[in-house]
Amino acid sequence: MAALASTDRLARTSSAHRTSSATGRPGATWALPGLLFFLLFAVVPMAAVAYLSFTDWDGLGTPRLNGGANWSRLVHDPAIVHATVVTFVLLIGNIVVQAPIAILLGVWSAGPERNRAALSTIFFVPLLLSTAATAVMWRQLLDPNFGVPATLPWLFGGDGNFVGTSNGAIVCLVAVTSWQFIPFHTLLFQASARAIPVTLYQAAEIDGAGRFRQFRSITLPQLRNTIITSSTLMVVGGLTAFDIVLVLTNGGPGTDTATLPFRMYQEGFSSYDMGYASAIAVVLLALSTGISLLLVRVTGYDKMQSTLEGL
Amino acid sequence: MKRRPNYLAGAAAVCWLLIIGTPLYAMLATAVRPKEQYVDSGPLALPTSLTFDNFRTVLAGDVPRYILNTTIVAAATVIVVLALSVPVGYAVVRGRGLWSTGVFRLFLLGLAIPSQAVIIPVFLLINQLGLYDTYWAVILPTAAFSLPVSVLVLVGGMRDINKELFESMAMDGAGPGRILFQLVIPLARGSISTVAVFTALGAWNGFLFPLILTQSASTKVITLGVYDFIGQYQVNPPEVFAAVLVSALPILAIYLLARKSLLRGLAGAGGK
Repeated sequence: MAALASTDRLARTSSAHRTSSATGRPGATWALPGLLFFLLFAVVPMAAVAYLSFTDWDGLGTPRLNGGANWSRLVHDPAIVHATVVTFVLLIGNIVVQAPIAILLGVWSAGPERNRAALSTIFFVPLLLSTAATAVMWRQLLDPNFGVPATLPWLFGGDGNFVGTSNGAIVCLVAVTSWQFIPFHTLLFQASARAIPVTLYQAAEIDGAGRFRQFRSITLPQLRNTIITSSTLMVVGGLTAFDIVLVLTNGGPGTDTATLPFRMYQEGFSSYDMGYASAIAVVLLALSTGISLLLVRVTGYDKMQSTLEGL
Repeated sequence: MKRRPNYLAGAAAVCWLLIIGTPLYAMLATAVRPKEQYVDSGPLALPTSLTFDNFRTVLAGDVPRYILNTTIVAAATVIVVLALSVPVGYAVVRGRGLWSTGVFRLFLLGLAIPSQAVIIPVFLLINQLGLYDTYWAVILPTAAFSLPVSVLVLVGGMRDINKELFESMAMDGAGPGRILFQLVIPLARGSISTVAVFTALGAWNGFLFPLILTQSASTKVITLGVYDFIGQYQVNPPEVFAAVLVSALPILAIYLLARKSLLRGLAGAGGK
């Protein structure tokens, strides 16, 4: 089998060599407009935000260089340390809750049974709501006076102001984020689970592998690429969660759920301290690209292999 | 293959159904009843009388305007993204040389750039371009940040096109432009519509760019419009829920129209 695959690969490489001289291939100019546009709105701003982090700027006048003032303030700012901790707590909470549920639901709903298809249609309804709409809905539902806590006090305890307590607010943010995004990740896993060749399961059945064994030895390895994609999305999404924080808790109680993006927004667009906000943005950028690069390196995402290789 | 029913998983799925369904039920049940009834019996009670007054109030207000704004923004974003990302995808898949892998890698890394982190320079840039508080202020950055994932999806789709088709077209003397329009675009239809749908949904969900880059009601998008209800109608939950439901209708329409390309796109997103 392996030998066959390698001769096949050899054949493919040599055919690629043969055609490389053929005409009709697009030059680099085809990629240029998209590339320039992306550079202008995403890459240049990355450099600009680094520059702005060394300036004093209120958003209106001209940015004035102020040395490392923003940075020396940032490293001594307990609020930033707290915001970083909160950001990571939410990030880890979201992955730990979302990933297992999404994998199980995705695999389950990929089954051929009719009732599964019908039920999973309802699973995907939250996808119809924007993050802002979801957060607004939950904020109403969690309202201590008018929401569910007033109806079911035993579930939320105390005075029902669950979202108004420090830990409760974190739990609510993780729960609401999961409620909104698990359907999306489920859809990813459903699509990918449907693409697993049935022959693998038939072979396992013949070998006498049970349901759990099949899940562990066939399903999970076959979902590998989707697990990587999905967790990368969760990491980047989690690091940058902003709208849900603004709408659901507004960073509160106090500043207990103020994440890094939320802090940056407040410093920049409420206090008009754009220089300091830029420094926070650089931290955010470094964390996000750093973690993503790490994930790419660890998982080999950039040279992602087909799970069907060798079949 | 004969499949035994999996009762354990079925029970878990029903639990999940309750988690998903209960808030949706509460929202729907509340939106169709008068405020007094809501205050008396809470969001989980069965509505005893039906009313569409909440929807009427919402539709008579600014919400339709906001939905129109969002539609314009989303449609323009899709056009910009397709016009830019399809040629990039084609160049990456069929281009020869280091630059094509370089471009691909750049967009791959671009996935990791959070829009939040560059909002301040983008704000500066939009101001400099004189676009603050216009549709373009939202369209351009939203399109830019939709490019990486669009390129990724398109490259995936275009790689599936049989190499021999390219070769035979080139043999017939077709240039890259003709190959793009007569071969690549028709055969990559699936991934192109996936990109269109995802870009539209992303634009529809956009919050931070409009929040920072627009301010007046004439450019306000629906996500900000729904957020307004939190402050404005804090004490009228039925109306808030009605507004949330109305805001979901256009997305529902997109899903119903484009269900197929959406699912196909998701199948490709994980890599095959």
